[in-house]
Amino acid sequence: MQRRAFLASVAAACAPRLTWADVGSPAFLAAGKQGEAFFLHALSAAGETLFEVPLPGRGHAAAAHPTQAEAVAFARRPGTFALVVDCATGRIITRLAPPDGQQFNGHGVFSADGSLLLTSEVVADTSAGRIGLWDTRSYTRLTDWPSHGLGPHEIRLLPNGTLAVANGGIQTDPVDRAKLNIPTMHPNLTLLSADGNLLDQIDLPDLRQNSIRHLAQSGDAIAFAMQWEGDPAEPVPQLGLWTPGTAPILCEPTPQDAFAMQGYAGSVAATADRVLVTSPKGGVAMIFSADGTHKATHHRADLCGAAPLGTGFLLTDGLGALMTADDRALSPLRSGKTAWDNHLVPLART
Amino acid sequence: MRALILSLFLAIPAAADTASVVTQHIRPGFAAFAAQAKALAAVDSCDPALLRPAFHATYDAWLAVAHLPLGPAEEEGRSLAILFWPDPKALGQKAQRSLLTGDPEALTSDNMAQQSVAARGLAGIERLLYPAEALPADPCPLIQATAADLARMAADLDTDWGPFGDLLLTAGQPGNSRFLTAEEATQALFTQLGTGLEYLADRRIGRPLGTFDKPRPDLAEARAAGRSARNITLSLQGLRGLAQHLHPDGQRTLAAFDQALKLAADLDDPTLANLADPKAWLKLQILQQAIRATRDTALAEIGPALGVTLGFNAQDGD
Repeated sequence: MQRRAFLASVAAACAPRLTWADVGSPAFLAAGKQGEAFFLHALSAAGETLFEVPLPGRGHAAAAHPTQAEAVAFARRPGTFALVVDCATGRIITRLAPPDGQQFNGHGVFSADGSLLLTSEVVADTSAGRIGLWDTRSYTRLTDWPSHGLGPHEIRLLPNGTLAVANGGIQTDPVDRAKLNIPTMHPNLTLLSADGNLLDQIDLPDLRQNSIRHLAQSGDAIAFAMQWEGDPAEPVPQLGLWTPGTAPILCEPTPQDAFAMQGYAGSVAATADRVLVTSPKGGVAMIFSADGTHKATHHRADLCGAAPLGTGFLLTDGLGALMTADDRALSPLRSGKTAWDNHLVPLART
Repeated sequence: MRALILSLFLAIPAAADTASVVTQHIRPGFAAFAAQAKALAAVDSCDPALLRPAFHATYDAWLAVAHLPLGPAEEEGRSLAILFWPDPKALGQKAQRSLLTGDPEALTSDNMAQQSVAARGLAGIERLLYPAEALPADPCPLIQATAADLARMAADLDTDWGPFGDLLLTAGQPGNSRFLTAEEATQALFTQLGTGLEYLADRRIGRPLGTFDKPRPDLAEARAAGRSARNITLSLQGLRGLAQHLHPDGQRTLAAFDQALKLAADLDDPTLANLADPKAWLKLQILQQAIRATRDTALAEIGPALGVTLGFNAQDGD
């Protein structure tokens, strides 16, 4: 090892880890592409890039440590690695690899105290879902749990310590992501206890080809966003709300907007009284009230990333813009040369 | 030196001809559609024989602009209400049946605007002018209300393309919050070309084509009115017009369109009724492949020439 690299690694190992406040208190993380290069950006609430960290390839989503300036960037599926990034220095702290025969599946979350990282994974040959657990002191693998479905995508930790899992239900080819079981797919939304036991699970028997993929927390309910794999001529909802212990509510758009999302939801976010879903394919953001009533449809090409911002939302798109959204309008906040990737990750305010 | 200058020149994306698309393709297209829909609504008769020519002329005019659902046509679900197809659950027929057996006095243009998008527009009028079975009541009031509603939507589109076209023409200028850069306007129009060709191949052709073992001619668009193949040809012509105005130098794309149009002209099967015949099935499948090849060519030629791609996220589902 070269001396300089050795010293840097010693310094890094001995230095106390910095907090998000030490790096300017970013409000969001988002991956993006500028020219041919990929970066993870930390954004202020005003949408300014506070700093950016280079990534070796296109990112999909990120998970932010609750206190330390540390993030995990997940590659697109099939994910063979995830990168733990020191957001103070830009250094890659470590590179996580799933156990042999398993793949990361796009998303992950830190536990509330930051001691654990949970990752959505699949057994490569069967797409059987697993939830990987990592000790974040040194990012060692602890164990994994069954996700109780095929192809889990987003996972979300709820304030009571339970884990919501969107089991998308799709079996995919481990190499090329080809979908193998569309006629028989059967997604579900699963709730796991803090120690990985199955607490509750729902499915949508009449909408088995609606893959449950993305999650947000809306009060006591879990907002779940779906992608329709059935006949595109059938109008189906892309959003549902589930309060565990009750039947799920499906959020129907108005009939005139029934196909506006083209059967595809890319992200979901919730504020105290609103839930928003984006569709990059339809170029649409739709807003519903917390009881599932359609409130607004806004149009802009390639919208995808979404996170709550105040009483409204912040959205990102592939054209390089950050937009704010509320019931009334979609308004440009900032635009630049970075094409923003699928997800905008809010940081816990400390 | 000349080679260097030439290569530098080629490396810079050409400006899209947004002005030509808006002023020579989109606005005249919507104006023509509004004029035809107005003429259809003005036919002072409920005799199908007198209504059908104006109905076909309106349908033709819609297909010249149906590939442009951005802006005015996506507001209020207008493009869905103008042509609700495909309709695998026969929602339109069911909704129309209850309107036909309800109070005829309630069948006004204003009331039609509040009805299900599935009951309205060209597909609605087609079912009344070419009924598959005896209608439960006199269709005259519903025909007139549907035609008046269609004419109103067409007029609104024509009007709204004034200011919306201005937004495309002033993309990137201060105060334009819809198109933040000139490239966004170009990309919006380019996306219409890509998705329009995809829709034509996957839906207009793909639904009746089905599979070789199970063709579905019963799913063809506008089968009752006998214009399934005509819809394919007119849709291709409309998309070719968009491509030509967007990038007049796109010779390979235009040649691919011409090849597809030649195949469409050779179909010789107006309602695609012959799809059970393997030869007819293959002819339509070859046309579908030619349309997909046209899309690939347009993406490869026009996209880089104008410096745009289809959406970064829209093309990368997860």
